[in-house]
Amino acid sequence: MNAVLSTILKRLGLGIATLFVVSAIIFSSISMLPGDFSEAVLGQAATKETVTAFRKELGLDKPAPVRYFEWVGSVLQGDFGTSFSGRNASGQDRSRQVVDLVMPRLWNTLFLAGVTALIAVPLALFLGLTAALYRNTAYDRVVNAATLTTISTPEFFVAYILILFFASLWPVFPSLANIDASTALGERLYRVALPALTLTLVIVAHMMRMTRAAIINLLASPYIEMARLKGASRSEIILKHALPNAWAPIATVIAFNLAYLVVGVVVVEVVFVYPGIGQLMVDAVTSRDIPVVQACALIFAATYILLNLTADIIGIVTNPRLLHPR
Amino acid sequence: MTDNHEPNHDILLKMRDIRIDGFSDEQWHPIIKGVDLTLRRGEIMGLIGESGAGKSTLGKAAMGYTQPGCKLTGGSILFDGIDLAKASDREKRRLWGTRIAYVAQSAAASFNPAHRLIDQTVEAANRRGIRPDADSRTDAVELFRALQLPNPETIGSRYPHQVSGGQLQRVMTAMAMSPRPDLIIFDEPTTALDVTTQVEVLSAMRNIVEEFNTAAIYITHDLAVVAQMADFIKVLRYGEEVEQAPTRKMLTQPEEAYTKSLWSVRALEKPEVKGEDIVLSINHVDAAYGPVKVLHDVNISIPRGRTVAVVGESGSGKSTTARVITGLLPPSAGEVVFNGEPLPAALKDRSKDQLQKIQMIYQMADTAMNPRQTVEEIIGRPLEFYLGLTGKAREARVIKLLEMIELDDSFMDRLPSELSGGQKQRICIARALAANPEVIICDEVTSALDQIVQEGILQLLLRLQKQYNITYLFITHDIATVKAISDEIVVMLQGKVVEQGLKSEILAPPFPDYTELLLSSVPEMDPDWLTNLLADRNT
Amino acid sequence: MSEQPETYAAAAEVGAVRKRRTRLERFSLLMKSAPPSAWFGMIVVALYILVAIFADVIAPYGEAEIHPVPFAPWSDEFIFGTDQIGRDVLTRLIYGARNTMGIALATTFLSFLIGGGLGLVAAINRSWLDQGLSRFVDVLMAIPSLIFALMLLSIFGSTITSLILIIAVLDSTRVFRLTRSVAVNVAVMDYVEAARLRGEGLGWVMRREILPNIMPPLVAEFGLRFCFVFLTIAALSFLGVGIQPPTADWGSMVRANASLIQFAKYDMTAAITPLLPAAAIALLTVAVNFIVDWFLQKTSGLRE
Repeated sequence: MNAVLSTILKRLGLGIATLFVVSAIIFSSISMLPGDFSEAVLGQAATKETVTAFRKELGLDKPAPVRYFEWVGSVLQGDFGTSFSGRNASGQDRSRQVVDLVMPRLWNTLFLAGVTALIAVPLALFLGLTAALYRNTAYDRVVNAATLTTISTPEFFVAYILILFFASLWPVFPSLANIDASTALGERLYRVALPALTLTLVIVAHMMRMTRAAIINLLASPYIEMARLKGASRSEIILKHALPNAWAPIATVIAFNLAYLVVGVVVVEVVFVYPGIGQLMVDAVTSRDIPVVQACALIFAATYILLNLTADIIGIVTNPRLLHPR
Repeated sequence: MTDNHEPNHDILLKMRDIRIDGFSDEQWHPIIKGVDLTLRRGEIMGLIGESGAGKSTLGKAAMGYTQPGCKLTGGSILFDGIDLAKASDREKRRLWGTRIAYVAQSAAASFNPAHRLIDQTVEAANRRGIRPDADSRTDAVELFRALQLPNPETIGSRYPHQVSGGQLQRVMTAMAMSPRPDLIIFDEPTTALDVTTQVEVLSAMRNIVEEFNTAAIYITHDLAVVAQMADFIKVLRYGEEVEQAPTRKMLTQPEEAYTKSLWSVRALEKPEVKGEDIVLSINHVDAAYGPVKVLHDVNISIPRGRTVAVVGESGSGKSTTARVITGLLPPSAGEVVFNGEPLPAALKDRSKDQLQKIQMIYQMADTAMNPRQTVEEIIGRPLEFYLGLTGKAREARVIKLLEMIELDDSFMDRLPSELSGGQKQRICIARALAANPEVIICDEVTSALDQIVQEGILQLLLRLQKQYNITYLFITHDIATVKAISDEIVVMLQGKVVEQGLKSEILAPPFPDYTELLLSSVPEMDPDWLTNLLADRNT
Repeated sequence: MSEQPETYAAAAEVGAVRKRRTRLERFSLLMKSAPPSAWFGMIVVALYILVAIFADVIAPYGEAEIHPVPFAPWSDEFIFGTDQIGRDVLTRLIYGARNTMGIALATTFLSFLIGGGLGLVAAINRSWLDQGLSRFVDVLMAIPSLIFALMLLSIFGSTITSLILIIAVLDSTRVFRLTRSVAVNVAVMDYVEAARLRGEGLGWVMRREILPNIMPPLVAEFGLRFCFVFLTIAALSFLGVGIQPPTADWGSMVRANASLIQFAKYDMTAAITPLLPAAAIALLTVAVNFIVDWFLQKTSGLRE
């Protein structure tokens, strides 16, 4: 077990280091702001005093490394700073804490992504597995062409087609997925139906193709041919010989696609005006509300890193070479 | 057919007019062109042929199996009265692993990494319920013992990556034997092993097949190996049968010209000449890959115009020695002296002149030539690079070089993919010659080639040596090649030089232990060699 | 065993000698073997390129020409109607082909220049430079590229130059990975070692020994990366932070006219209008993917 443990620890260390560097990149982006930025935020009429005060608040008067560690320290305590919006030239400040803006929306996004994953992951694994097993049949070709078309299509195209049919022509679902904290679960599910369906279509296509490729790759191993020549039936080959070696590639496929899902929500949230973190980020980018952008970017990156880390750890704990060292 | 008159009751396998096509280059090509094969119970057939002869494809077809990308287009495969060519998958699966078993070339890749060895060994027998699981496991331990595996009681509980290649190959034989099949297909089972390991595996396999009177098809390209195993031998070439005969008759009185050519190669032997003028010497060299030390105080002197052969098994450090000489791996201690002057340790510190004088030829001519360059570009580049030849002068010199290697100017525009294996290696020789070198390092240059082509290459190298007084450092594991070409021999083991001397001294008794083991392990073209060797070693 | 094999000449050896064909012959053979999907892809791509090149000739109106009636219905005058401020939709679609494709193409080229070049150097060098670049790319890839692009655009602003630069740099990480991994496989080949032993410089080894042998996967990747870049730019424009008006662009056209979809019950053509640019995007990426798919099957040698 020691080999497994040390490999996991190494991988964890790498994950933390990556997160650290990523946070540094995200942080240093604020230093790249053009000089006139304070004016852009506060307006042309800003007085010298308000500008200086604002710069001081941003900590632009301190050296960058100091600011970075202060920032990391407060982020670790859940403090992402204060939003840029709501300020004006006179120095009046009605801005809100970034955390208060981000948190409720983060839960909404996780809800949407979770609902999608629950449908998409099993469906994609099933389609990918069957396409790999019955490869080069008509079934395989149809599934292949359909998924190739889907992955080539922008998310918003899929979204608007669904809206056209299921919200406009036959209004079964709402085209606006506006929910808030008071919305009941059943109502929530009803409202996120179209965004979740859009995401499902996109994710299933990607994931099914990757699953198919991973399984076909596995089935080309000499030990699978050996199993055939030992008289194993098709189901035995899959369950007994391929599956125990398939966890690592399958975990990688799932993690990759969940990570993709997290990013894919941005566009879909905007189409359906869903109050998630993606839409928040796009709004913040448009209004150049840097603290909010930073917070969102950090959350997205952390999710991404965490998912890949999980996949790698699943790969490690199912690797017989590590489980049973020489 | 010779077997028409024999009684049929003990015929186990009867293949008639087998035709198999393979898919490549966007179309189907015949791989097996109508081969017949008959095997009786308890008989061992050796199936030999060079790469691409179709022997492996035919061997698998004996099970009614064709690889992905191949298809059976004609013929019948009667196994104990069942036509496997027409049988359904379900019928074939009932035979596979129980009545017909398969032993693959790469044991490391053919075991499932996720399961213990014993579970994989008893899998096929258990599936068909041949005997209770507990009995199968006891039996497997007995098989491990019979195959002389270390710790037979516990080795089964290990995972494939935990045991060595030679042991894995024997476990695979146990796996094949577990359901007591009527027929085992051995598909080059010892090709990936070192010679000293090969002897152990061969004897273990032979004993167990004899003990259970199992019929077998033994596929290999090594004539000496097949001579130890088979009752009779079938020679394949280009997917057709060349000749079939009992082993002893095949070895002494081959009929077909092609078969004779396979045998005759071993006749080549260069008379040794002692050399005094040392052109290249390796003095007290240590070398390491990272923390792993692979060369320990290596000393080799190479006389001008002679051939020094470096022999040893994989991991003995013979290729590393070549890397040190070329500067690819700077030594951690010691030096390489060329024409009386020490060479800079690293490649990048050497002058163009120093680089020019030491050239290298590789084992795999396929990967030694850029597949996107024509023969003219390949040979012409060193001419341009070292000698500054361009245009007509370069072209003329390329043609001259092609003539020196017994090819002509029609090859100028060809790409490597349009050459045969021997031609490729010749082009590599021409590329080395183009630099006007004093020393050429030959790294296993003939071991990837068919026998008859090997002979041609060796003769060419000898002729060039005589004409241009070139010095060869010849790295090889093949004793026949050593005999053919060398003046002096260096024996290496685990990064150390065990022995160095003239060919006649090294290849004559008394031998140090390792040289003895190495030399005696090289299979000879004598059906009794293995039997005698084992008897010798036991006394 | 004194007998020698009958006659033996090296030149007479037959290997797997392939028939040599001229470029033209090989091209026509290739075309003959193309499946319908690839044909479809090639025709679509050719049409798009023609439209992009001759946009000025084909388009009925000027790129930013504003007509009095916004959201005009489909008619002879405005084949696909007009948009929210009265610009001809067909005209915008045609110019959009030029702008969106042009920007995506420039970005992809730049990303291959950066990623491909560094990937090759890293593959040959294999030392601290390779380590450094690879770790750096790992970190960059740990941030989802759409998110990273959004963040950078918020800082540098949405100009076409910054759009091209940002996406090219972010995308070059993937090109770097691929180039490095295929080039490493080639760099360990004996012919590369032979070139180094000969004393050849880095430039020769890169250009003459490695690059020609990694072209097929790079060409396929170019197609895939183009699609990805194209979709990213379309998504950013759709989100309002990509290509800015008045430059015609398919992504922002979708967003601008999206509200028309709710009138599907009353006027189907109006509802289709915002879907036209989206369909144009989808059609192009599907077409390129079909070609790449075929190309990959041709060159990978995978039979199953």
